[in-house]
This record gives sequence, structure tokens and C-alpha cells, in this order.
Amino acid sequence: MGQRKWIEITVGLFVVAGIASLLMLALKVSNLNTSYEEGKGYPLSLMFNNAGGLKPKAKVTIAGVPVGRVRTIELNHDFVAKVVVWMHQEIQLPDDTKASILTAGLLGDNYIGLTPGFSETALKSGAMIPETQTDSAMVLEDLISKFVSSKASEPVASSKVNEKPNESNSAGQAEPVHHL
Amino acid sequence: MMIMLTLVRKVRRLGRWVIQFFETAGQASFLLFSVMSGQPKVGRAFQLLMKQLFSVGVLSFIIIVVSGLFIGMVLGLQGYNILSRFGASQALGEMVALSLCRELGPVVAALLYAGRACSALTAEIGLMKATEQLAAMEMMGVDPLKRIVAPRFWAGMISMPLLALIFSAVAVLGGYWVGVVILGVDDGAFWGNMQNAVDFHDDVLNGIVKSVVFGFVCTWIALFQGYACAPTSEGIARATTRTVVYASLAVLGLDFFLTAVMFSGG
Amino acid sequence: MQDAVIEIKNCSFNRGERVIFDNVNLTVPRGKITAIMGPSGTGKTTLLRFIGGQLKPDSGEVWVAGHNVPTLSHDALYQLRRRMGMLFQSGALFTDLTVFENVAFPIREHTHLPENMIRDIVLMKLQAVGLRGARDMMPQALSGGMARRVALARTIALDPEIILYDEPFAGQDPISMGMLLQLIRLLNDALRMTTVLVSHDVKETISIADYIYIVANGKVIGEGEPMALTQSTSPWIRQFLDGLPDGPVPFHYPARDYAQDLAEERL
Repeated sequence: MGQRKWIEITVGLFVVAGIASLLMLALKVSNLNTSYEEGKGYPLSLMFNNAGGLKPKAKVTIAGVPVGRVRTIELNHDFVAKVVVWMHQEIQLPDDTKASILTAGLLGDNYIGLTPGFSETALKSGAMIPETQTDSAMVLEDLISKFVSSKASEPVASSKVNEKPNESNSAGQAEPVHHL
Repeated sequence: MMIMLTLVRKVRRLGRWVIQFFETAGQASFLLFSVMSGQPKVGRAFQLLMKQLFSVGVLSFIIIVVSGLFIGMVLGLQGYNILSRFGASQALGEMVALSLCRELGPVVAALLYAGRACSALTAEIGLMKATEQLAAMEMMGVDPLKRIVAPRFWAGMISMPLLALIFSAVAVLGGYWVGVVILGVDDGAFWGNMQNAVDFHDDVLNGIVKSVVFGFVCTWIALFQGYACAPTSEGIARATTRTVVYASLAVLGLDFFLTAVMFSGG
Repeated sequence: MQDAVIEIKNCSFNRGERVIFDNVNLTVPRGKITAIMGPSGTGKTTLLRFIGGQLKPDSGEVWVAGHNVPTLSHDALYQLRRRMGMLFQSGALFTDLTVFENVAFPIREHTHLPENMIRDIVLMKLQAVGLRGARDMMPQALSGGMARRVALARTIALDPEIILYDEPFAGQDPISMGMLLQLIRLLNDALRMTTVLVSHDVKETISIADYIYIVANGKVIGEGEPMALTQSTSPWIRQFLDGLPDGPVPFHYPARDYAQDLAEERL
């Protein structure tokens, strides 16, 4: 009988250890306590010209604070990306809110940042923010071509400087050089 | 002509092997069905289950905890080595946790379980068969499938997920100890990035599902091998090795299959 | 004819291509000790397995206490087995239980008796086999003879109507042998059981059996009361009872001609 008691105690400890591990994994390791998965909330449709690398379950933030999650990403009949997000119930947005697809860090994942406007009317559940009010994801190729073209327009300024080096030197540098 | 004959002989041998395989599969399924369908009286069943939970679960606890600790520590070490090369050592926490919850936790715990607990199950039942204890029990009007095999089956199914969870939790702590305490990864970054990256439903629950499947398959293989082994010492030895080999291979194969199904969405 | 508790009718059984039994008939009368003897490997234990329902004959009927065993359902078979007891050659005690727990096992499984009653019954059974003092020992600590006696106590724990012995005398020293013989006879008579005994120990079996069947080559080659059999002139029975090395059961396993075998070159 003493042996049976011992068995029951150790089995109990074992099961408790297992459940404790589960709790630890659930709360400390995973996002269970910070997830906005289901529960109270409402959907919004955000239209983007380019959804970039946005993935379902990506964060939706306002001022960097998580307020929702991306549910689905689809293409509508006008070939515009329709991103359905699930917003936390307490968040009420004005209807001139801007939505942008941002990148977390240099090589990070894409997420959505919302910039609320100043309108009096609020966005209702299921409302849509059109692509005119959204910033699409930054595409690396566009960035590079923009950088290259801006570099191409620079040489005009530097050639003007080269024309008058003797004048300023003979004057003993009394006059400041205005051109720069 | 000779080539034709040897070919025919080989084909016949293959055919016989295939038929034998299906016959064995049928016997194993029958055993499983008998085990799962009938239960002895509730009070007795609980006591038997307790005893088996002890021998299958509690006695595996030490090896699971020690292995978990070491694997977590190695993950922390190796992970830090590689990630710091890209300046991404902040991601150590999520790397350790994701590897463990999705893969290493269920798989390594299952392999350890197959080696330690399953081999013991096979040997125990095989020995009972060889010493006619199972036959004696039958002749006493007690069905050994219900009294001996079933409690071990359920104990295995319950223990395996618990062991995998304990393994993952301990390993994460091991990774924490090496990464944060010893190597200096930022404490907040370690846990914060981890919490952002590990999804309870996709990662932890899927890992639990995997370990339930592994527990089911490994325990089934162990019990069947013991029950159906040749009642000699050689037969028991062979059945025990077969259990460990088949169970381990099954775990690895099923892991691939389950991973493909669960994580194919990216 | 007294009523037969067990009847094996026209049973045939093959294992692969080997014929184990060919149309065997056996009757076991109530309250008597019936012995089944024969050379090793004739399948005497298989007959016990037929009776216990562990094996099914390919054809024929096995009637035990009014039930045709091969046709019984799983549950009905297990019910019937509670009325039988079988003593295995090795005793087959459960190695993780004490002697007491072993004997108590069938009582605990099949009845709802309270612990103190179970204790009394177990002690009585152990007393009957002379091992009450060993009740807290583990099976590994027992000698072969003692283990077998404990197994016997376990077999009679629920007072079965039928008791089957599988080679009870094999490998026993003379003292244990004497104890066993006495016990088998006592149990059969005092508890009014029907006993079936399978053995190849001629002297012991003859001293205790009420009726003997000799089985060889898949058939019953002789039957009768012990006295009658010892006077038989059949060569089969004579070879077996007298222990002659050669006779109807040949010494040589079938093989080719000896001279030819030696002279043949190996390829």
C-alpha cells in the first residue's frame, strides 16, 4: 500500500509538471496572452496598389502599438490588393485614416501602420479604406531607381562651383561663397 | 531459363512478404481495436493506469529533462554562434523556441520515449508471453489485452505529449541559460522576440498534436511487437530491437508528413 | 456411462503440412482423473489448448460442461474459463506480484469480495498446498517445485470444476513429486473436481490416474484403466509404457540410406 501511495504521488507530480510546461509554453514562450486573434473586434478592408510582402497574421499598428491583425489578402476585380484586417473592438478610426505597409527593421517582415486623420465620421465594421488613402509597400527596385535618378540630377550643382575658383582665391577669401 | 526461374522465385518471395506484411498489419489492428474497445472496471482500470503511467511516464522523466536541458543549451550555443554572425543574436529566443515547439520537442522526446519506454514495454510483454503468464491469465478468464496491454497503451498516449511538453519547456530554459545568462543576449529581446514569433495555435498546439500521434504509433508498435513475439529469449530480444527501430523510423517519417501538412502554408 | 464433462469428438488439427491430430476422440468423466500420455511432440498440450479454447481444431467438436468450445464467443469463452483451472508446466506465476497477490489475483478479478474474505481464502488455498508461510515471497525466490505449488493454489482459488495439468511432474525431485501426486489426488476427491492430466511420466501417471489415453502419431493408440493398460500386448503401448528406445515409434528420424549418404560427394 505504501508503494501505491508513492506511485500516485509521483504520477501526480509528473502530470503537474506536464501541465506546468504547457502553461509556460503557452504564456511565456508563445503569443497566447498578447494575441488579438478572435474575440471582440471588427473587420476593415484596406485597398493597396501593392501589398508587397505582407502576410496573413501580420500586425496592424497605430503609432507603433499593435491594434489588430491581417486576416486575408486577396485580389479584387480591379487588380487592387484587398487586405482584410481584424481590428480590436476599442479602436475607433476616423474615415480619413491612412494605411501604409511598413517594414519592421531593415530586413524584417511587413506590417500595416495606420495614421488616423481628423474626420468626425468613424469607420464602421466592414468599411473600406480605398487605395487613394493608402501607401503601398516599398518595393526595393523602385527605391533603387529613385536613388539612381536622383544621383543623375546632381552634377549640375558641382559644375558651377568649378567655374570661379581663381576669383575667390585672389580676393583673399573676403567674400563668402554663396553658390554652395 | 535460369534467370526466369530465379526471377519468379524472387517475385514469389516478395509476394509472400507483402502478404505477411498485411497479415501482421491486420493482427496489429485487431490488437489495437481490442485494446481500445474494452475497458476493465473503472476503479481497477484507474489503478492499473496509474501504475503504468508511473512506469512509462515518471521513469522517463529524468532522461527527458536531462536531454531537454542539453539540447536547449546546445541550441542556445550554436544558435548564438550563427546568428551573431549576421548581427541577429536578438533572434536567439525565437529560434530556440520555434525549433523546439515545432520539431525538436515532439520528435526528440518521441525518439527517447521509443528507446527507453517502448523497449521496456516490448520486453516486459514479450517476457510475460514467453513465461506463459499471458496464457495463464487467459485461462483464468482474464483477458490480457484488457488487463495488461490496454493500460499500457493509454499510459503511453497520455505520457508522450506530457513528456514532449516538459522537454520543450526545459530546453527553452536551457537555451535561456546559455544565451542570456552566459553569452549575454538581451533578456527582454530573448523573450520578447520569442513571444512575437511563437504562435500558440500554429506552433505549440501543432507540436502537441504531433506528440500525440507519435505516442500513439510508438506505443502501438511496442505493444504489438511484445504481444506477437516468438516466446523465446531470442524472440524477445529481436522484438525489442524491432520496436526501437520501427518506432524511431515511424516517428521521423510521420514528422515529415505532419510538418508538410501543418506548416506548408509558410 | 457416467456423464462426461469433457468430450473431444472427431477432432483433426494440422499445423502447416504436419498432421497433429487425425480424428481423435476422448471422453473425460466427471470426478475422475483422466490422463493423456504419449511421446513428446505428439501434441498432448494442444489437446489441453482445445479444451481451454486457446486453439481451435480444424474440424470436430470440443464439448466442455455442455458448451462446444470452438464455437463460443469471446465473452462466453472467458466466462467458461472461470470454471476451469489450468496449471502450466512452468507455473507461470506473475513475477511482479507476491505469492499472496498471485493467489488472490483470480479472486480479485472475478469477485467483489471484501479484502478480509479474500485474505482468508488465499490463506486457505496456500495452506492446502503447504505454502502459507511463503505468502510474502516473490516468485523469483521460490524453487521450481514451490512455484508450481503456488501456481496450483492460484488455480484452485475460485474452486473450479475442471482442472487441467500440463506436465506437472516434469523435472521434479522425488519429494516434490510425492507432494504433487498427493495434492492432485486430494484436490480431485475433496473438491469433487474433474481432472485432466497431460504427462509423459509413466510411473507417476499410472499411480494416480483413473483412466488413461495414450496418444501418438495424431491418434489415440490405446486407452483404458491403468491396470488394463499395463497388461496390454499392443506394441505401441508396450514401447511407450516400457520405455523401449525403438519400436513402432522409430529411433531414427526418416533419412536416406546410410551408406549412400556417407559415400556421396559434397558438391
